[in-house]
Amino acid sequence: MRAFLGFVRKETLHLLRDRQTLAILLLFPVVQVLIFGFAVRTDVEDVAIAIVDPTPDVATLNLRERIAASDRFHIVGVTTSTRGLDARFRDGSVRQALLLPTDMERRIGRGDSLSLQLLTDGSDPNTGGIMQGYATAIVDRWYREVVPQRGVLRIETQSRMRYNPTLESAHLFVPGLVAFVLTIVSALMTAISISRERETGTMEMLLVSPIRPVAIVAGKVIPYIVLGFVSVLLVLVAARTVFDVPLRGSLVLLLAESGLYIITALALGVVISTKAPNQRTAMIAALAGLMLPTMILSGFIFPIDSLPRPLQLLSYIVPARWFLVIVRGIMLKGAGLATLWQETLVLVGMTLLFLVRGSRGLAIRLG
Amino acid sequence: MSGRDDRVTHAIETRELTRRFGDFTAVDAITFHVEPGEVFGFLGANGAGKTTAIRMLIGALAPTSGSATVAGYDIRSQAEQVRRRIGYMSQKFSLYEDLTVRENITLYGGIYGVSTRDIVTRTGDILARIGLEHAGDELVREIPLGWKQQLAFSVALLHRPDIVFLDEPTGGVDPITRRRFWELIYEAGAAGTSVLVTTHYLDEAEYCRRISIMVDGAIAAMGTPAEVRRLVGAETLDEVFLKLTRPGAAA
Amino acid sequence: MRTVFFLVRKEFLQIFRDRTTVFQILLIPVVQLLVLANAATFDVKQVAMMVVDEDRTTVSAGLVQRLEGGRQFRVLRYEPTDAGVDHALLDREVTAVLHIPRHFEEDLVRRGRAPVQLVLNSEEGATAGIVQSYALSILGAYARELDRTLPRLEATRTARVAPLDLRTQRWFNPTRNYKHWMVPALMVSLTTIIGLLLTAQNITRENELGTLEQLNVTPMTKVQFIAAKLIPFWLLSLLIFTIGLTIGKLVFGIPMRGNLLLVYLAAMAYLVVVLGLGLWISTITRTQQQAMFVAFFVILIFLLMSGLFTPVDSMPRWAQYAAEANPVKHFVAVMRAVLVRGAGLETVGRPILGLGVAGIGVLALAVGRYRKSVA
Repeated sequence: MRAFLGFVRKETLHLLRDRQTLAILLLFPVVQVLIFGFAVRTDVEDVAIAIVDPTPDVATLNLRERIAASDRFHIVGVTTSTRGLDARFRDGSVRQALLLPTDMERRIGRGDSLSLQLLTDGSDPNTGGIMQGYATAIVDRWYREVVPQRGVLRIETQSRMRYNPTLESAHLFVPGLVAFVLTIVSALMTAISISRERETGTMEMLLVSPIRPVAIVAGKVIPYIVLGFVSVLLVLVAARTVFDVPLRGSLVLLLAESGLYIITALALGVVISTKAPNQRTAMIAALAGLMLPTMILSGFIFPIDSLPRPLQLLSYIVPARWFLVIVRGIMLKGAGLATLWQETLVLVGMTLLFLVRGSRGLAIRLG
Repeated sequence: MSGRDDRVTHAIETRELTRRFGDFTAVDAITFHVEPGEVFGFLGANGAGKTTAIRMLIGALAPTSGSATVAGYDIRSQAEQVRRRIGYMSQKFSLYEDLTVRENITLYGGIYGVSTRDIVTRTGDILARIGLEHAGDELVREIPLGWKQQLAFSVALLHRPDIVFLDEPTGGVDPITRRRFWELIYEAGAAGTSVLVTTHYLDEAEYCRRISIMVDGAIAAMGTPAEVRRLVGAETLDEVFLKLTRPGAAA
Repeated sequence: MRTVFFLVRKEFLQIFRDRTTVFQILLIPVVQLLVLANAATFDVKQVAMMVVDEDRTTVSAGLVQRLEGGRQFRVLRYEPTDAGVDHALLDREVTAVLHIPRHFEEDLVRRGRAPVQLVLNSEEGATAGIVQSYALSILGAYARELDRTLPRLEATRTARVAPLDLRTQRWFNPTRNYKHWMVPALMVSLTTIIGLLLTAQNITRENELGTLEQLNVTPMTKVQFIAAKLIPFWLLSLLIFTIGLTIGKLVFGIPMRGNLLLVYLAAMAYLVVVLGLGLWISTITRTQQQAMFVAFFVILIFLLMSGLFTPVDSMPRWAQYAAEANPVKHFVAVMRAVLVRGAGLETVGRPILGLGVAGIGVLALAVGRYRKSVA
């Protein structure tokens, strides 16, 4: 027992002395939260729109003011012709253009139909659609006020966004960040740590010692479990203090599930380390083979429902996917174990599977 | 020529060469010289400062104080000229394990500016001399330790340097293999190359023309093996060693 | 010059001898491009919806039919009360709930307007807005249809004034293929990851093995060393990039409206920056593990703030300024501008020049930082 503790101590000191890595591991979660909270946004604001107004009059000025007043748009130029518009679209300085008809005021007065053209940069179909929607809404609203539309039947929709009323970016991504950060810290670190020990040959020395192989792995892994918890706490603290991300469920449950997931990721790290012949391979496998799928297939950024069917099936084997549901459930929806027991069970199952594969793989490697 | 001091005839000359790491003095004001073509043995216990001293002489580590010239060039201000004229074999052999024997030779030959024609001829010579004719295209990882050592040494001599530095070159092999290695060293010395070799094998010390024994960073004794034995008043070099390294021993 | 040749030769020999690594660096980008291009989308497929219909009239039923008729919604549950709404949302059984209150039909007939409530599960955020817009458009269409067909009490149903004819047009990417937008960017990210990882751990690896010391004792200069480390990986990365482009064209049919030469010019400059960065990281770390970590950290920040996944325009001002210092951002922008929008030298000339200058700067940093001897 004492030998084991001594071994844990050695691993911890090892980790603590590596200032650079430690700094990054601690800084990483915080920086991620900040970036995701502030910079990664799917919404669109401040769209550069150009207006082509061949015959400016009261009506067109009114509409232009409406658009300028909205903080979703900023007008980058008002011209009388479409010359040069093409080039400006191409170089990205203009994202939308609204082409107004001639003599708009007079047309409205006479009750003629008004024909406007809205050009949108559709290279990114998503933001294109969003921009188009916003612009259309503003023009529609303006039109309904300027030209009173009595008698048109309307279904008035009140929409509420539950669990995340303001669609705050941080609220969306932070739960996913917890999963992501833990995956990186746990799986990556373990894979590297074990392969490094093997590469430098000290592993054989350890095996000859009276410590059992299981204890060796466990000892290697304990500092990272602690580090994982610290990371989770860092993410949560940063998220709550800077972005007011809610924690509607139980903190204890969240930490318990995080603990479970840390072990899942660590076990996965062990499996990776047994398959990789050297450090470099382990790292590339862990990073490229684990990080990207975790980011893309877990529902972290791109919703799982949006994935094509085969990829949706693939996502079932990504542990982060299940953990993400759990974290989002606890943080945003206040869900408890009663709701989340299936996902928890899946994680437990995966953990056991990885542990079995991992220890068997290690035994083969070392034995 | 660029600043070469032609009055100096020594291959290596140091004056009060010192290296400190914080409070710890690894090399303590050593002063010695090595003649051209001489095989000079640098002895001492592990941690006595031998490797640090060598690293200063090859330009891998800057001295804290003192000076030295190697092949007539100052190690501080004329480091690049020094590098052109020396060869080095480190404790780790520093051959690329994932390259073949031939590829290693070609690489270092190319870096040192040996002409392609000469690389080809010298490769053949080396392989023949060491006995690796049929292993030219083997990965260095695959060949036995003794041959790796001899190969590393040959590569260090590939560009015909004036001086070659060997840091513990014969660790981990049997005495016969070590003997074979020393034959290579003699050949190099006979051809006019100066050899500075560190070792903690005392029988190898007898092979050197002169030796120095480092204790705690300073040179405790220097001269031919016979002179050193006489100086310290001992029958064998073993005794010399014990006398010098025992605490309280007179320098 | 000759020294560089021999060093480059050695690097290539080492790279291609390591089967697993070659396998990885060629295969991983390919596989990931294929998978990720299909995965990276915010498109919403069928949304599971629950309708609480307290009205239960032909008009409300008509609305439900409209919802089911389109491919966007799947009405999973049809309830008379909202008793099960909370649980259904909590349990993720449905994503959207439409609540049609009593008097729906009556209100429409009598007053010409009626309220409904739409509740959306926004835990997955990005899609909530899209789902909302789908629902709104279906509701709007139904309202217009009812406007024509529903018999109304309102006597003063005046002749409608001229309708607004707002014609919308999307420029570039007429097929609204999100892949055409994402694949060029994904190529950049994959090439970057591989390139940066390879160079970052390269020098530290030699250091750990001891071969670096041997090289430092030779007359090889710092510039020769860095150049020899750069060239093989630069060529390799360009190869990976080309493979990616080929796949993009053959598998995903990405457009190539502009001049490919511009793309390659940008790629060459960009890779110098990225690989140089990797080499610089290599000079400031002592172990491979540290090198990988720093590299990974840097990659992540660069990728996230580059407009790859989410638009730069959506970022706050300060982030947009910061993005100007991000080489990934510029390269992704050039790629998309040239391939999707067909932009020319006037547009992309400046970013490319910027990348070139940055590349020289980073290399100078790496060379400056590298020491052949320890002080």
